[in-house]
Amino acid sequence: MIVEQAFREHWGRVLAAQIGFLGDFDLAEETAQEAFAVAAERWPRDGIPGNPAAWLIATARNRAIDRIRREQTLAAKTRLLEAPGATEDNMDETAFPDERLELIFTCCHPALALEAQVALTLRTLGGLTTEEIARAFLVPEGTMAKRLVRARHKIKAAGIPFRVPADHLLPDRLPAVLAVVYLIFNEGYGGRADLSAEAILLGRAMTELMPDEPEVQALLALMLLHDARREARLKDGTLVLLSDQDPSLWDAEQIGEGRTTLDRAIALGGGGPYALQAAIASLHADEARDWPQIAALYGELSRLTGSPVIELSRAVATAEAGDVEGALDSVEALDLERYHYLHATRAELLRRLGRPDDAVAAYERALELVQANSERRLLEQRLAELR
Amino acid sequence: MQYMLLIHQADAPRPGREGDSNQKAIDAWESLPDDEKNAVYTSYQEVNQTPGVTPGVQLAPPETATTLRVQDGKTLTTDGPFAELKEAIAGYMLFEADDLDAAIELASKVPAARLGGAIEVRPVIEAY
Repeated sequence: MIVEQAFREHWGRVLAAQIGFLGDFDLAEETAQEAFAVAAERWPRDGIPGNPAAWLIATARNRAIDRIRREQTLAAKTRLLEAPGATEDNMDETAFPDERLELIFTCCHPALALEAQVALTLRTLGGLTTEEIARAFLVPEGTMAKRLVRARHKIKAAGIPFRVPADHLLPDRLPAVLAVVYLIFNEGYGGRADLSAEAILLGRAMTELMPDEPEVQALLALMLLHDARREARLKDGTLVLLSDQDPSLWDAEQIGEGRTTLDRAIALGGGGPYALQAAIASLHADEARDWPQIAALYGELSRLTGSPVIELSRAVATAEAGDVEGALDSVEALDLERYHYLHATRAELLRRLGRPDDAVAAYERALELVQANSERRLLEQRLAELR
Repeated sequence: MQYMLLIHQADAPRPGREGDSNQKAIDAWESLPDDEKNAVYTSYQEVNQTPGVTPGVQLAPPETATTLRVQDGKTLTTDGPFAELKEAIAGYMLFEADDLDAAIELASKVPAARLGGAIEVRPVIEAY
Protein backbone atom coordinates (compact mmCIF):
# COMPACT_ATOMS: atom_id res chain seq x y z
CA MET A 1 0.00 0.00 0.00
CA ILE A 2 2.75 2.44 0.98
CA VAL A 3 4.60 1.68 -2.22
CA GLU A 4 1.44 1.92 -4.31
CA GLN A 5 0.94 5.45 -3.04
CA ALA A 6 4.60 6.26 -3.64
CA PHE A 7 4.18 4.94 -7.16
CA ARG A 8 1.25 7.30 -7.80
CA GLU A 9 3.20 10.23 -6.42
CA HIS A 10 6.70 9.65 -7.67
CA TRP A 11 6.68 7.41 -10.75
CA GLY A 12 6.84 10.26 -13.28
CA ARG A 13 9.54 12.05 -11.35
CA VAL A 14 11.70 8.92 -10.93
CA LEU A 15 11.32 7.87 -14.57
CA ALA A 16 12.07 11.38 -15.85
CA ALA A 17 15.26 11.50 -13.77
CA GLN A 18 16.29 8.09 -15.08
CA ILE A 19 15.69 9.04 -18.71
CA GLY A 20 17.60 12.28 -18.21
CA PHE A 21 20.48 10.27 -16.75
CA LEU A 22 20.51 7.37 -19.19
CA GLY A 23 19.08 8.84 -22.37
CA ASP A 24 17.37 5.52 -22.94
CA PHE A 25 13.65 5.03 -22.34
CA ASP A 26 13.74 1.23 -22.11
CA LEU A 27 16.55 0.88 -19.63
CA ALA A 28 15.16 3.83 -17.65
CA GLU A 29 11.75 2.23 -17.37
CA GLU A 30 13.06 -1.19 -16.39
CA THR A 31 15.36 0.15 -13.70
CA ALA A 32 12.72 2.56 -12.36
CA GLN A 33 10.40 -0.42 -11.98
CA GLU A 34 13.14 -2.32 -10.17
CA ALA A 35 13.57 0.56 -7.75
CA PHE A 36 9.88 0.41 -6.82
CA ALA A 37 10.19 -3.35 -6.41
CA VAL A 38 13.09 -2.87 -3.99
CA ALA A 39 11.01 -0.29 -2.12
CA ALA A 40 8.12 -2.74 -1.86
CA GLU A 41 10.48 -5.19 -0.18
CA ARG A 42 12.37 -2.80 2.10
CA TRP A 43 10.05 -0.01 3.14
CA PRO A 44 7.57 -2.15 5.08
CA ARG A 45 10.56 -3.56 7.01
CA ASP A 46 12.87 -0.56 7.35
CA GLY A 47 10.38 2.29 7.19
CA ILE A 48 9.86 4.94 4.50
CA PRO A 49 13.00 6.98 3.79
CA GLY A 50 12.97 10.68 4.59
CA ASN A 51 12.92 11.60 0.94
CA PRO A 52 11.17 8.79 -0.95
CA ALA A 53 11.62 10.32 -4.44
CA ALA A 54 15.36 10.82 -4.01
CA TRP A 55 15.70 7.32 -2.54
CA LEU A 56 13.90 5.82 -5.53
CA ILE A 57 15.94 7.80 -8.05
CA ALA A 58 19.22 6.83 -6.41
CA THR A 59 18.19 3.18 -6.24
CA ALA A 60 17.11 3.18 -9.89
CA ARG A 61 20.35 4.84 -10.86
CA ASN A 62 22.46 2.31 -8.98
CA ARG A 63 20.55 -0.51 -10.63
CA ALA A 64 21.25 0.97 -14.03
CA ILE A 65 24.94 1.42 -13.29
CA ASP A 66 25.18 -2.18 -12.01
CA ARG A 67 23.51 -3.43 -15.11
CA ILE A 68 25.69 -1.46 -17.50
CA ARG A 69 28.80 -2.61 -15.61
CA ARG A 70 27.65 -6.18 -15.99
CA GLU A 71 26.86 -5.85 -19.65
CA GLN A 72 29.56 -3.40 -20.66
CA THR A 73 28.62 -3.87 -24.25
CA LEU A 74 27.86 -0.46 -25.58
CA ALA A 75 30.87 1.75 -25.64
CA ALA A 76 28.63 4.79 -25.77
CA LYS A 77 27.45 4.12 -22.26
CA THR A 78 30.83 3.86 -20.61
CA ARG A 79 30.80 7.49 -19.60
CA LEU A 80 28.16 6.55 -17.07
CA LEU A 81 30.64 4.30 -15.30
CA GLU A 82 32.57 7.36 -14.28
CA ALA A 83 29.51 8.83 -12.60
CA PRO A 84 29.86 8.61 -8.84
CA GLY A 85 27.55 5.97 -7.41
CA ALA A 86 24.84 7.63 -5.40
CA THR A 87 24.37 6.31 -1.92
CA GLU A 88 20.85 5.61 -0.90
CA ASP A 89 21.05 6.89 2.67
CA ASN A 90 22.69 10.19 2.13
CA MET A 91 20.80 12.38 -0.27
CA ASP A 92 18.43 15.28 -0.48
CA GLU A 93 15.84 16.48 -2.95
CA THR A 94 18.21 18.93 -4.63
CA ALA A 95 20.55 16.12 -5.65
CA PHE A 96 18.15 15.24 -8.46
CA PRO A 97 16.52 18.05 -10.43
CA ASP A 98 12.90 17.50 -11.43
CA GLU A 99 12.97 16.52 -15.10
CA ARG A 100 9.29 15.78 -15.64
CA LEU A 101 8.90 18.85 -17.83
CA GLU A 102 11.64 17.62 -20.16
CA LEU A 103 9.85 14.27 -20.25
CA ILE A 104 6.43 15.69 -21.09
CA PHE A 105 7.84 17.80 -23.93
CA THR A 106 9.57 14.71 -25.29
CA CYS A 107 6.40 12.62 -25.09
CA CYS A 108 4.30 15.35 -26.71
CA HIS A 109 6.75 16.09 -29.50
CA PRO A 110 4.91 16.88 -32.75
CA ALA A 111 7.16 14.43 -34.64
CA LEU A 112 5.16 11.68 -32.88
CA ALA A 113 1.60 10.83 -33.91
CA LEU A 114 -0.99 12.33 -31.55
CA GLU A 115 -2.21 8.92 -30.38
CA ALA A 116 1.39 7.95 -29.58
CA GLN A 117 1.88 11.21 -27.67
CA VAL A 118 -1.16 10.46 -25.55
CA ALA A 119 -0.18 6.84 -24.87
CA LEU A 120 3.41 7.72 -24.06
CA THR A 121 2.41 10.53 -21.70
CA LEU A 122 0.09 8.21 -19.79
CA ARG A 123 2.70 5.46 -19.68
CA THR A 124 5.69 7.53 -18.65
CA LEU A 125 4.28 10.36 -16.54
CA GLY A 126 1.11 8.69 -15.36
CA GLY A 127 2.62 5.24 -14.80
CA LEU A 128 -0.42 3.54 -16.34
CA THR A 129 0.23 0.03 -17.63
CA THR A 130 0.01 -0.72 -21.33
CA GLU A 131 -3.08 -2.78 -20.58
CA GLU A 132 -4.77 0.10 -18.76
CA ILE A 133 -4.07 2.51 -21.60
CA ALA A 134 -5.30 0.00 -24.18
CA ARG A 135 -8.53 -0.46 -22.21
CA ALA A 136 -9.06 3.29 -21.90
CA PHE A 137 -8.76 3.81 -25.65
CA LEU A 138 -10.59 0.62 -26.61
CA VAL A 139 -7.77 -0.90 -28.62
CA PRO A 140 -6.23 -4.37 -28.18
CA GLU A 141 -3.30 -4.50 -25.76
CA GLY A 142 -0.98 -5.73 -28.52
CA THR A 143 -1.80 -2.69 -30.66
CA MET A 144 -1.07 -0.34 -27.78
CA ALA A 145 2.17 -2.16 -26.95
CA LYS A 146 3.33 -1.77 -30.55
CA ARG A 147 2.36 1.90 -30.55
CA LEU A 148 4.49 2.51 -27.45
CA VAL A 149 7.47 0.54 -28.75
CA ARG A 150 7.34 2.40 -32.03
CA ALA A 151 7.16 5.79 -30.31
CA ARG A 152 10.08 5.01 -28.00
CA HIS A 153 12.08 3.77 -30.93
CA LYS A 154 11.41 6.92 -32.90
CA ILE A 155 12.46 9.15 -30.01
CA LYS A 156 15.81 7.40 -29.92
CA ALA A 157 16.41 6.91 -33.64
CA ALA A 158 15.20 10.34 -34.79
CA GLY A 159 16.93 12.24 -32.01
CA ILE A 160 13.83 13.76 -30.39
CA PRO A 161 15.45 15.77 -27.59
CA PHE A 162 14.84 15.32 -23.87
CA ARG A 163 14.61 19.03 -23.27
CA VAL A 164 12.23 21.91 -22.65
CA PRO A 165 12.07 23.74 -26.00
CA ALA A 166 13.82 27.07 -26.36
CA ASP A 167 11.66 30.15 -25.73
CA HIS A 168 11.13 30.91 -29.41
CA LEU A 169 9.72 27.40 -29.96
CA LEU A 170 7.46 27.39 -26.87
CA PRO A 171 4.48 29.19 -28.48
CA ASP A 172 4.21 26.20 -30.86
CA ARG A 173 5.17 23.44 -28.49
CA LEU A 174 3.32 24.32 -25.29
CA PRO A 175 -0.17 24.21 -26.87
CA ALA A 176 0.68 20.72 -28.17
CA VAL A 177 1.41 19.53 -24.63
CA LEU A 178 -1.72 21.17 -23.23
CA ALA A 179 -3.79 19.62 -26.03
CA VAL A 180 -2.57 16.13 -25.06
CA VAL A 181 -3.42 16.71 -21.39
CA TYR A 182 -6.87 18.07 -22.29
CA LEU A 183 -7.50 15.19 -24.69
CA ILE A 184 -6.74 12.74 -21.87
CA PHE A 185 -9.13 14.68 -19.62
CA ASN A 186 -11.91 14.58 -22.19
CA GLU A 187 -11.47 10.87 -22.79
CA GLY A 188 -12.07 10.51 -19.07
CA TYR A 189 -14.99 12.92 -19.12
CA GLY A 190 -16.78 10.57 -21.50
CA GLY A 191 -17.04 8.16 -18.56
CA ARG A 192 -13.57 6.86 -17.72
CA ALA A 193 -13.03 8.87 -14.55
CA ASP A 194 -9.53 7.53 -13.94
CA LEU A 195 -8.28 9.29 -17.08
CA SER A 196 -9.73 12.61 -15.94
CA ALA A 197 -8.00 12.23 -12.59
CA GLU A 198 -4.79 11.42 -14.41
CA ALA A 199 -5.11 14.54 -16.58
CA ILE A 200 -5.70 16.69 -13.51
CA LEU A 201 -2.56 15.25 -11.88
CA LEU A 202 -0.61 16.09 -15.04
CA GLY A 203 -2.16 19.56 -15.08
CA ARG A 204 -1.13 20.10 -11.45
CA ALA A 205 2.40 18.97 -12.18
CA MET A 206 2.54 21.35 -15.14
CA THR A 207 1.48 24.32 -12.96
CA GLU A 208 4.26 23.50 -10.50
CA LEU A 209 6.80 23.17 -13.28
CA MET A 210 5.73 26.20 -15.35
CA PRO A 211 4.20 28.50 -12.73
CA ASP A 212 4.32 31.58 -14.95
CA GLU A 213 2.46 30.28 -18.00
CA PRO A 214 -1.15 31.56 -17.93
CA GLU A 215 -2.53 28.86 -20.23
CA VAL A 216 -1.04 26.12 -18.03
CA GLN A 217 -2.91 27.55 -15.02
CA ALA A 218 -6.01 28.06 -17.15
CA LEU A 219 -6.08 24.45 -18.35
CA LEU A 220 -5.89 23.18 -14.78
CA ALA A 221 -8.68 25.59 -13.79
CA LEU A 222 -10.82 24.39 -16.70
CA MET A 223 -10.36 20.73 -15.81
CA LEU A 224 -11.05 21.32 -12.10
CA LEU A 225 -14.24 23.26 -12.86
CA HIS A 226 -15.57 20.66 -15.29
CA ASP A 227 -14.61 17.75 -13.10
CA ALA A 228 -16.32 19.35 -10.08
CA ARG A 229 -19.65 18.70 -11.79
CA ARG A 230 -18.91 15.06 -12.60
CA GLU A 231 -21.34 13.62 -10.03
CA ALA A 232 -24.23 15.72 -11.32
CA ARG A 233 -23.55 15.05 -14.96
CA LEU A 234 -24.96 11.56 -15.26
CA LYS A 235 -28.07 10.12 -13.67
CA ASP A 236 -28.67 6.37 -14.15
CA GLY A 237 -26.47 6.45 -17.25
CA THR A 238 -28.31 9.36 -18.86
CA LEU A 239 -26.60 12.66 -19.53
CA VAL A 240 -28.02 15.48 -17.41
CA LEU A 241 -27.83 18.91 -19.05
CA LEU A 242 -26.21 21.65 -17.04
CA SER A 243 -29.52 23.48 -16.55
CA ASP A 244 -31.09 20.34 -15.05
CA GLN A 245 -28.18 19.43 -12.80
CA ASP A 246 -28.52 19.39 -9.03
CA PRO A 247 -25.95 21.94 -7.78
CA SER A 248 -25.79 20.19 -4.42
CA LEU A 249 -23.99 17.38 -6.23
CA TRP A 250 -21.26 19.76 -7.39
CA ASP A 251 -17.96 19.70 -5.54
CA ALA A 252 -17.95 23.22 -4.10
CA GLU A 253 -14.41 22.97 -2.77
CA GLN A 254 -13.06 21.97 -6.16
CA ILE A 255 -15.00 24.78 -7.86
CA GLY A 256 -13.32 27.14 -5.42
CA GLU A 257 -9.91 25.75 -6.28
CA GLY A 258 -10.70 26.02 -9.99
CA ARG A 259 -11.63 29.67 -9.57
CA THR A 260 -8.51 30.49 -7.58
CA THR A 261 -6.45 28.84 -10.31
CA LEU A 262 -8.32 30.82 -12.97
CA ASP A 263 -7.62 34.04 -11.06
CA ARG A 264 -3.93 33.17 -11.14
CA ALA A 265 -4.12 32.62 -14.91
CA ILE A 266 -5.79 35.99 -15.39
CA ALA A 267 -3.27 37.71 -13.11
CA LEU A 268 -0.54 36.28 -15.37
CA GLY A 269 -2.22 37.95 -18.34
CA GLY A 270 -4.21 34.93 -19.49
CA GLY A 271 -6.69 35.53 -22.28
CA GLY A 272 -6.03 32.44 -24.36
CA PRO A 273 -8.47 29.70 -25.31
CA TYR A 274 -8.14 27.76 -22.05
CA ALA A 275 -8.58 30.90 -19.93
CA LEU A 276 -11.76 31.79 -21.85
CA GLN A 277 -13.14 28.26 -21.49
CA ALA A 278 -12.30 28.22 -17.79
CA ALA A 279 -14.00 31.60 -17.34
CA ILE A 280 -17.10 30.20 -19.04
CA ALA A 281 -17.01 27.07 -16.86
CA SER A 282 -16.70 29.31 -13.80
CA LEU A 283 -19.79 31.33 -14.80
CA HIS A 284 -21.66 28.07 -15.33
CA ALA A 285 -20.98 27.15 -11.73
CA ASP A 286 -23.01 30.14 -10.47
CA GLU A 287 -26.55 29.48 -9.28
CA ALA A 288 -27.92 32.33 -11.42
CA ARG A 289 -26.05 32.24 -14.69
CA ASP A 290 -24.93 35.41 -16.41
CA TRP A 291 -25.89 34.37 -19.94
CA PRO A 292 -25.03 37.63 -21.72
CA GLN A 293 -21.53 37.42 -20.23
CA ILE A 294 -21.23 33.73 -21.20
CA ALA A 295 -22.32 34.57 -24.76
CA ALA A 296 -19.73 37.35 -24.91
CA LEU A 297 -16.96 34.99 -23.78
CA TYR A 298 -18.00 32.42 -26.37
CA GLY A 299 -17.92 35.20 -28.96
CA GLU A 300 -14.32 35.99 -27.99
CA LEU A 301 -13.40 32.29 -28.03
CA SER A 302 -15.03 31.87 -31.44
CA ARG A 303 -13.04 34.81 -32.76
CA LEU A 304 -9.82 33.26 -31.38
CA THR A 305 -10.37 29.72 -32.65
CA GLY A 306 -12.65 30.19 -35.68
CA SER A 307 -14.43 27.02 -34.58
CA PRO A 308 -18.07 26.50 -35.64
CA VAL A 309 -18.55 24.26 -32.58
CA ILE A 310 -17.77 27.25 -30.35
CA GLU A 311 -20.14 29.34 -32.45
CA LEU A 312 -22.84 26.75 -31.68
CA SER A 313 -22.19 27.17 -27.95
CA ARG A 314 -22.39 30.93 -28.37
CA ALA A 315 -25.79 30.52 -30.00
CA VAL A 316 -27.01 28.44 -27.06
CA ALA A 317 -25.89 31.15 -24.63
CA THR A 318 -27.59 33.80 -26.79
CA ALA A 319 -30.85 31.84 -26.58
CA GLU A 320 -30.53 31.52 -22.81
CA ALA A 321 -29.93 35.27 -22.64
CA GLY A 322 -33.36 35.70 -24.27
CA ASP A 323 -32.78 35.92 -28.02
CA VAL A 324 -34.10 32.52 -29.21
CA GLU A 325 -34.85 33.70 -32.77
CA GLY A 326 -31.37 35.13 -33.17
CA ALA A 327 -29.87 31.92 -31.80
CA LEU A 328 -31.80 29.81 -34.32
CA ASP A 329 -30.55 32.01 -37.17
CA SER A 330 -26.94 31.56 -36.00
CA VAL A 331 -27.36 27.79 -35.63
CA GLU A 332 -28.87 27.41 -39.09
CA ALA A 333 -26.00 29.33 -40.65
CA LEU A 334 -23.42 26.82 -39.33
CA ASP A 335 -21.83 24.22 -41.54
CA LEU A 336 -22.08 21.31 -39.08
CA GLU A 337 -24.60 18.97 -40.72
CA ARG A 338 -22.84 15.82 -39.40
CA TYR A 339 -22.68 17.08 -35.81
CA HIS A 340 -25.48 15.77 -33.60
CA TYR A 341 -25.27 18.70 -31.17
CA LEU A 342 -26.24 21.05 -33.97
CA HIS A 343 -29.49 19.19 -34.54
CA ALA A 344 -30.17 18.70 -30.84
CA THR A 345 -29.66 22.43 -30.27
CA ARG A 346 -31.82 23.34 -33.25
CA ALA A 347 -34.54 21.00 -31.96
CA GLU A 348 -34.57 22.64 -28.55
CA LEU A 349 -34.72 26.14 -30.04
CA LEU A 350 -37.59 25.11 -32.38
CA ARG A 351 -39.44 23.63 -29.41
CA ARG A 352 -39.13 26.90 -27.52
CA LEU A 353 -40.36 28.83 -30.55
CA GLY A 354 -43.52 26.70 -30.64
CA ARG A 355 -42.63 24.62 -33.71
CA PRO A 356 -42.94 21.06 -32.33
CA ASP A 357 -43.08 19.29 -35.72
CA ASP A 358 -39.82 20.88 -36.86
CA ALA A 359 -38.34 20.09 -33.46
CA VAL A 360 -39.27 16.39 -33.80
CA ALA A 361 -37.58 16.21 -37.20
CA ALA A 362 -34.42 17.83 -35.80
CA TYR A 363 -34.30 15.42 -32.81
CA GLU A 364 -34.66 12.51 -35.21
CA ARG A 365 -31.69 13.74 -37.24
CA ALA A 366 -29.65 14.15 -34.03
CA LEU A 367 -30.49 10.55 -33.05
CA GLU A 368 -29.22 9.29 -36.39
CA LEU A 369 -25.84 10.87 -35.70
CA VAL A 370 -25.32 10.43 -31.94
CA GLN A 371 -22.70 7.93 -30.69
CA ALA A 372 -22.61 7.88 -26.87
CA ASN A 373 -25.44 5.96 -25.20
CA SER A 374 -25.85 8.47 -22.37
CA GLU A 375 -26.52 11.20 -24.93
CA ARG A 376 -28.81 8.99 -26.98
CA ARG A 377 -31.04 8.37 -23.96
CA LEU A 378 -31.34 12.08 -23.28
CA LEU A 379 -32.34 12.78 -26.89
CA GLU A 380 -34.92 9.97 -26.77
CA GLN A 381 -36.40 11.46 -23.60
CA ARG A 382 -36.70 14.88 -25.22
CA LEU A 383 -38.28 13.45 -28.32
CA ALA A 384 -40.82 11.47 -26.26
CA GLU A 385 -41.81 14.65 -24.40
CA LEU A 386 -42.69 16.31 -27.70
CA ARG A 387 -44.90 13.52 -28.97
CA MET B 1 23.38 13.28 -35.13
CA GLN B 2 23.29 13.55 -38.86
CA TYR B 3 20.06 14.15 -40.74
CA MET B 4 19.23 13.94 -44.42
CA LEU B 5 16.75 16.58 -45.53
CA LEU B 6 14.93 15.33 -48.61
CA ILE B 7 13.27 18.11 -50.56
CA HIS B 8 9.98 17.34 -52.29
CA GLN B 9 8.93 20.11 -54.59
CA ALA B 10 5.42 18.91 -55.46
CA ASP B 11 3.68 21.97 -56.97
CA ALA B 12 6.03 24.56 -55.51
CA PRO B 13 6.77 27.31 -58.04
CA ARG B 14 10.14 26.79 -59.74
CA PRO B 15 12.07 28.04 -62.77
CA GLY B 16 11.27 26.06 -65.93
CA ARG B 17 13.81 23.33 -66.65
CA GLU B 18 14.11 21.00 -69.62
CA GLY B 19 11.64 18.14 -69.12
CA ASP B 20 9.57 19.61 -66.27
CA SER B 21 5.94 18.94 -67.23
CA ASN B 22 4.45 20.85 -64.28
CA GLN B 23 3.53 23.95 -66.26
CA LYS B 24 1.43 25.31 -63.41
CA ALA B 25 4.44 25.38 -61.10
CA ILE B 26 6.56 27.02 -63.80
CA ASP B 27 3.90 29.66 -64.53
CA ALA B 28 3.55 30.31 -60.81
CA TRP B 29 7.29 30.99 -60.66
CA GLU B 30 7.10 33.33 -63.65
CA SER B 31 4.37 35.35 -62.01
CA LEU B 32 6.28 35.74 -58.72
CA PRO B 33 7.57 39.31 -58.22
CA ASP B 34 11.35 39.63 -58.54
CA ASP B 35 11.89 40.33 -54.86
CA GLU B 36 10.15 37.05 -53.99
CA LYS B 37 12.26 35.13 -56.48
CA ASN B 38 15.34 36.69 -54.93
CA ALA B 39 14.09 35.82 -51.45
CA VAL B 40 13.88 32.16 -52.50
CA TYR B 41 17.45 32.17 -53.83
CA THR B 42 18.69 33.97 -50.73
CA SER B 43 16.95 31.48 -48.42
CA TYR B 44 18.53 28.51 -50.19
CA GLN B 45 21.89 30.19 -49.93
CA GLU B 46 21.43 30.87 -46.22
CA VAL B 47 20.32 27.31 -45.55
CA ASN B 48 23.31 25.93 -47.45
CA GLN B 49 25.70 28.15 -45.53
CA THR B 50 24.32 27.17 -42.10
CA PRO B 51 27.10 25.58 -40.01
CA GLY B 52 26.68 21.80 -40.07
CA VAL B 53 25.03 21.73 -43.49
CA THR B 54 26.60 19.76 -46.33
CA PRO B 55 24.73 21.00 -49.39
CA GLY B 56 23.51 18.36 -51.78
CA VAL B 57 22.94 18.74 -55.48
CA GLN B 58 19.87 19.90 -57.32
CA LEU B 59 18.27 17.15 -59.36
CA ALA B 60 16.88 17.51 -62.89
CA PRO B 61 13.07 17.13 -63.09
CA PRO B 62 11.71 13.66 -62.20
CA GLU B 63 10.40 13.29 -65.76
CA THR B 64 14.02 12.73 -66.76
CA ALA B 65 14.46 9.85 -64.30
CA THR B 66 14.93 6.20 -65.22
CA THR B 67 14.02 3.52 -62.70
CA LEU B 68 15.40 0.03 -62.89
CA ARG B 69 14.99 -3.32 -61.19
CA VAL B 70 16.98 -6.50 -61.63
CA GLN B 71 14.88 -9.66 -61.89
CA ASP B 72 16.37 -13.09 -62.58
CA GLY B 73 19.56 -11.40 -63.63
CA LYS B 74 17.80 -9.20 -66.14
CA THR B 75 17.77 -5.43 -65.81
CA LEU B 76 14.30 -3.97 -66.33
CA THR B 77 14.07 -0.25 -66.82
CA THR B 78 11.04 2.00 -66.75
CA ASP B 79 10.66 5.64 -67.67
CA GLY B 80 10.13 8.02 -64.75
CA PRO B 81 10.83 8.17 -61.01
CA PHE B 82 10.17 5.38 -58.49
CA ALA B 83 7.62 7.53 -56.66
CA GLU B 84 4.83 9.50 -58.30
CA LEU B 85 6.04 12.57 -60.21
CA LYS B 86 4.77 14.93 -57.52
CA GLU B 87 6.30 12.86 -54.72
CA ALA B 88 9.71 12.61 -56.32
CA ILE B 89 12.79 14.05 -54.64
CA ALA B 90 14.05 17.32 -56.07
CA GLY B 91 17.15 17.70 -53.95
CA TYR B 92 18.68 16.97 -50.58
CA MET B 93 21.20 18.17 -48.03
CA LEU B 94 22.92 16.71 -45.01
CA PHE B 95 22.81 18.42 -41.63
CA GLU B 96 24.86 17.63 -38.56
CA ALA B 97 22.73 18.71 -35.61
CA ASP B 98 22.26 18.07 -31.90
CA ASP B 99 18.73 16.80 -32.24
CA LEU B 100 15.53 16.66 -34.26
CA ASP B 101 14.39 20.11 -33.10
CA ALA B 102 17.42 21.71 -34.76
CA ALA B 103 16.84 19.73 -37.95
CA ILE B 104 13.15 20.71 -38.05
CA GLU B 105 14.07 24.35 -37.55
CA LEU B 106 16.49 24.26 -40.47
CA ALA B 107 14.05 22.32 -42.67
CA SER B 108 11.37 24.95 -42.04
CA LYS B 109 13.67 27.51 -43.67
CA VAL B 110 13.98 25.57 -46.94
CA PRO B 111 11.78 27.60 -49.34
CA ALA B 112 10.05 24.53 -50.84
CA ALA B 113 8.48 23.90 -47.40
CA ARG B 114 6.49 27.15 -47.47
CA LEU B 115 5.78 27.17 -51.21
CA GLY B 116 3.63 24.03 -51.36
CA GLY B 117 6.35 21.36 -51.21
CA ALA B 118 7.54 19.38 -48.20
CA ILE B 119 10.79 18.42 -46.52
CA GLU B 120 11.31 14.92 -45.15
CA VAL B 121 13.78 14.78 -42.27
CA ARG B 122 15.49 11.38 -41.93
CA PRO B 123 18.16 10.46 -39.43
CA VAL B 124 21.31 8.96 -40.93
CA ILE B 125 22.42 5.70 -39.35
CA GLU B 126 25.72 6.22 -37.61
CA ALA B 127 28.54 3.82 -38.26
CA TYR B 128 29.96 2.21 -35.12
